[in-house]
Amino acid sequence: MRALVVVTPKLVVNDPQGNTVQQGLNFLGFTEVSRVRVGKYLELELSEADRTRASSRVEQMCQQLLANHVIEDYRFELEADPAP
Amino acid sequence: MKFGVVVFPGTWSDRDFGWVIDRVLGQELRYLWHKDRDLHGVDCVVLPGGFAYGDYLRCGAIARFSPVMESVRDFADHGGLVLGSCNGFQVLCESGLLPGALLRNREGRFVCQWSHLVCERNDLVFTGLMTVGKPLRIPISHGQGNYFADPATLSRLEQGGQVVFRYSDAEGRVSRGANPNGSVHGIAGLVNAGGNVLGLMPHPERCAEAGLGGTDGLLLFRSLIEAGLGVLTA
Repeated sequence: MRALVVVTPKLVVNDPQGNTVQQGLNFLGFTEVSRVRVGKYLELELSEADRTRASSRVEQMCQQLLANHVIEDYRFELEADPAP
Repeated sequence: MKFGVVVFPGTWSDRDFGWVIDRVLGQELRYLWHKDRDLHGVDCVVLPGGFAYGDYLRCGAIARFSPVMESVRDFADHGGLVLGSCNGFQVLCESGLLPGALLRNREGRFVCQWSHLVCERNDLVFTGLMTVGKPLRIPISHGQGNYFADPATLSRLEQGGQVVFRYSDAEGRVSRGANPNGSVHGIAGLVNAGGNVLGLMPHPERCAEAGLGGTDGLLLFRSLIEAGLGVLTA
């Protein structure tokens, strides 16, 4: 099983990286871009085949380390290993 | 007074703190390696600036799992004095010893400059020799010193008098223009509810000798030593 975790700054948190990227895109003519949030993407390889158990474990990982709940939101998807 | 200066891989201000504690002030100094659980009977633990564990994932996020931090947490929980500056402040926030978090600076740039701070209370062991409202001149050097806390936490901090230092101009006026990194309410340093754990972004260890351009940092060290001596002789 693989977990694909995305961590982003909360909307209430100022994101100067995102603002700078947005200005760059707008400058290049992509004027339809009204907001950019820059976050982190993590791929975790798990030795766990059960989706429910994996989900609960990844949730704990996000809460304890991968995201700082004061300033960041997270979401993740689980991806089963390809059939042999 | 015996100070323990914590050294993580990537810490950079440990020797500066050590110099001030040992050479400038003649106090007892012990470096505490991050793998060492023994605090060697120190009276005050210092978490210096730098980039502990490369600041991987987030500033201070990995440092909080080091063996020494388990002991520091226990020490703080029992009223031990802990001072965190710059990266040390970030480590204290990630550890939950202080509330809130430190974000990337408002302008997105690393700032390395002199700053002014006003001290809001001098009834703490860290600030006894300071004058409330009189600005201190202390350098800052950070990319992520923009203090953030949610409104409920902020109001608790303000009502509880936990905000100890705010960025100001040279006359001690707090304003957006005097705020170098966008910190909410201009917060430069705060203390826990017990008053024994202080975190601040500025670097008192870099302004403790006249040759370095200023000595206002000494007020913090001398306050600690004076309070420490009072406790030790009481």
